[in-house]
Amino acid sequence: MTALILNYFRENSGRFWGMLAAHVQVSILSLGIAVLIGVPAGFLCVRWKKAQKYITGLFSVLRVIPSLAILLLMVPIMGTGTAPAVVALVLLAVPPILMNTVAGLEGVPPFMLETAEGVGMNPTQVWTKVRFPLAMPMILTGIKTAAVEIVASATLASKIGAGGLGDIIFAGIGLFKTELLLIGGMSVALLSLLTGLIFAIIEKSTMKHRTV
Amino acid sequence: MAVAIEFREVTKTFKGASYSAVNHVSLTVNEGEFITILGSSGCGKTTLLKMINRLYEPDSGSIILFGEDISTVDVVKVRRRIGYVIQQIGLFPHYTVGENIATVPKLLGWEKAKIAARVDELLDLVGLEPKEFRDRYPAQLSGGQQQRIGLARALAIDPKIMLMDEPFGAIDSITREKLQDELLNLHREMGKTILFVTHDIEEAFKLGDRVIIMNEGTVRQFDTPEAIIRQPADPFVQSLVDSAKAKEAFWREYL
Ligand SMILES: Nc1ncnc2c1ncn2[C@@H]1O[C@H](COP(=O)(O)OP(=O)(O)OP(=O)(O)O)[C@@H](O)[C@H]1O
Ligand SMILES: [Mg+2]
Repeated sequence: MTALILNYFRENSGRFWGMLAAHVQVSILSLGIAVLIGVPAGFLCVRWKKAQKYITGLFSVLRVIPSLAILLLMVPIMGTGTAPAVVALVLLAVPPILMNTVAGLEGVPPFMLETAEGVGMNPTQVWTKVRFPLAMPMILTGIKTAAVEIVASATLASKIGAGGLGDIIFAGIGLFKTELLLIGGMSVALLSLLTGLIFAIIEKSTMKHRTV
Repeated sequence: MAVAIEFREVTKTFKGASYSAVNHVSLTVNEGEFITILGSSGCGKTTLLKMINRLYEPDSGSIILFGEDISTVDVVKVRRRIGYVIQQIGLFPHYTVGENIATVPKLLGWEKAKIAARVDELLDLVGLEPKEFRDRYPAQLSGGQQQRIGLARALAIDPKIMLMDEPFGAIDSITREKLQDELLNLHREMGKTILFVTHDIEEAFKLGDRVIIMNEGTVRQFDTPEAIIRQPADPFVQSLVDSAKAKEAFWREYL
């Protein structure tokens, strides 16, 4: 088996790196868009209570749909390729980011906000200098959850033509080649671990005041 | 002597409450006075204080600072003229000690060098070695040190009026005694108008040039400690004074 795996890398290393790059690209793109939607949506939820019911309601419904189902549902709507995969991954990633943004912002104690107002911050400064920074650890946790989910689900996305490490796995299934399954599976697992690690480092550097 | 703070028939009733947290309060504080506000929990001390920097708006009546009705002044401007030490200390946990003290100077766009110098000056003032403490986070300070930083932050832009809401709560009595003495020195040197909330009668009488005694949202007596002890205005004040005397007598037995 080891020989088979080594052989694969000898003959296909170029293709492997290409698929890895595609996987990472789709993941980063999806995560970026999810953050750009999830964080502002979370802010809107907290800023205007009335919006909260609708926005969180919508996303908690979306959350219940299995990721594979979302992926396959995208095909009749958008066809195959990277675009529908990104849309599906974004839908998957927004809920944890949104929920944690809301929880983080609402978790800032009222006296902290009152202090900020009391020292003479205007409303915008209260948000940017106090409320968001204090919610940041929670928001980052949400983004991390989303990132790990995206990396794992991007594997399935290759089913609808988005490329990535899923291609190796599906090839392995199709050709009954266990070594391909192993290579694909392990790569995705390692990528997920790495993602978690990167976020752990980011969290640590943004939360000096908690850890020291 | 100029009048620093004036309350005219100020009333505040919170939504859903059957009583007024502050009930028709009228009083006048002169510039440079150290006023303590004494009263049991829930009598409206914090509410009274927060109306001065417009964290709460009165339902009726008006508050005048140095001749200016604060309801006509921009909220942010009012607050930046007042030093405020809140009951829960409220240091920003994600800011270092230095950044906490520099909060308002930064909002006002002071130069970096001027801010740094001011931070060190204030740390010295509240008795903390600047080099040692400047770069710590609040979580790395004891309760008493945090309260000193809260005081330093409130003093940062040298406001004429200081509002202090139980700044020495949750501090052991020795440190508390020391902080009280330091605050008295500060007041003597800087001549600020201070409103200081406490529910400790000894603290109120020790620090205050005059003491406001509150009960159930109303001012029962507003006078010098001496006058209050000599002539309590009503049974409530009388009972407060009696309780302090009883405590005193208790200690005397052991002398
Ligand atoms: N934000 C608020 N909303 C509703 N009611 C409030 C609010 N703040 C205070 N109250 C009520 O107003 C009354 C006065 O409260 P206040 O905080 O002024 O008391 P206090 O004298 O500062 O008490 P303590 O010594 O416990 O701090 C209390 O009955 C309290 O329950
Ligand atoms: Mg209070």
